[in-house]
Amino acid sequence: MSIEVQIPTILRGHTEGQKTVPGSGGTLGELLADLEGRHPGLRDRLVEGGGLRRFVNVYLNDEDVRFLGGLETPVAEGDTVTVLPAVAGG
Amino acid sequence: MRFDSLLDSLGGTPLVGLPTLSPSSDVRLWAKLEDRNPTGSLKDRAALFMVEAAEKDGLLQPGATLLEPTSGNTGISLAMVASQRGYRLVCVMPQNTSIERRQLLQMWGARIITSPAEGGSNEAVRVAKRLAAEHPDWVMLYQYGNPANARAHYATTGPELLADLPSITHFVAGLGTSGTLVGAGRFLREQVPGIEVVAAEPRYGELVYGLRNVDEGFVPELYDASVLTSRFSVGPRDALRRTRELVESEGIFAGISTGAILHAALAVATRAMRTGRRADIAFVVCDGGWKYLSTGAYSGTLEEAADALHDQLWA
Repeated sequence: MSIEVQIPTILRGHTEGQKTVPGSGGTLGELLADLEGRHPGLRDRLVEGGGLRRFVNVYLNDEDVRFLGGLETPVAEGDTVTVLPAVAGG
Repeated sequence: MRFDSLLDSLGGTPLVGLPTLSPSSDVRLWAKLEDRNPTGSLKDRAALFMVEAAEKDGLLQPGATLLEPTSGNTGISLAMVASQRGYRLVCVMPQNTSIERRQLLQMWGARIITSPAEGGSNEAVRVAKRLAAEHPDWVMLYQYGNPANARAHYATTGPELLADLPSITHFVAGLGTSGTLVGAGRFLREQVPGIEVVAAEPRYGELVYGLRNVDEGFVPELYDASVLTSRFSVGPRDALRRTRELVESEGIFAGISTGAILHAALAVATRAMRTGRRADIAFVVCDGGWKYLSTGAYSGTLEEAADALHDQLWA
């Protein structure tokens, strides 16, 4: 049972250079806690004070989790979670 | 329709139905054709409002030099407005943008300063801020934080949509500076109870996210999450697929960012079908496809086209 988590270039120092890592959990918060066990320091780069860091975006199957329930967003086997830094457009 | 000048003809763009791509008579898609603006993009609205606001504030003397970080369309719009009002324009544009954008900027008389591809628009913003400090006489309108950008859409795009589609249930637009979504979105939320405001954000190749650490990320000052109800990240393959569907099914020849927006609009339409809700989903066609022909977006296989866009700022 696993959820695929896509890691951006700047955070791959925490995943031995891997682009995607598997994880498990019933919510995004649990998933990040699970990843922290194998990839120490990763959670701290994403989460600050009970919420996501300002310049980090996390998408569940391409949808921004901030509009789904933040760290409480339910996740399930087969889902894809994508982590990306916030960048400018326009 | 007759106007005193090109600038006076801005806005008032058509809203057209999508009879083929709409899933049913109860769940309908509507495209607002922003390519029918003076320079062929949605950004003409923000450019004119930002210049007029700066004039009103006494920031622009005749012959003044404007400075703007831009991946293309805002620069092109500003170049045209500047040429008509007697100003110069310096654009800071990332290297990984299409050749047509460069050609159009030069045609309207802008000077282009190229910023490195790595880091995309974040880097262009950084270079522009440095140039602004070095040239205190230049005026940076700064589309990412200029309230006149969002106000343009609050005052024009939003009211036009509501007038043409009083039954609107969803508004879908691209997320770049946040101007369109926050401006038109705020107007529509004030006027239409329960309306959903949906952002489609382009997902680029790794080069564009080439930051040294996460704290170098960028959120536009105009961004206001409270106006949005959902936000989708759309990769180049989905954006290209929808761009092609739009021209094949409905005859609408649009740029690649519009494909990303249509992808989000169709996701919303699918959800409405599943829950049995009536929906009138209006989305923005940001620009026509002309500026992207050289990228190969409209020919060959989807894989070839997506590969060609890798590390390009395609939206």
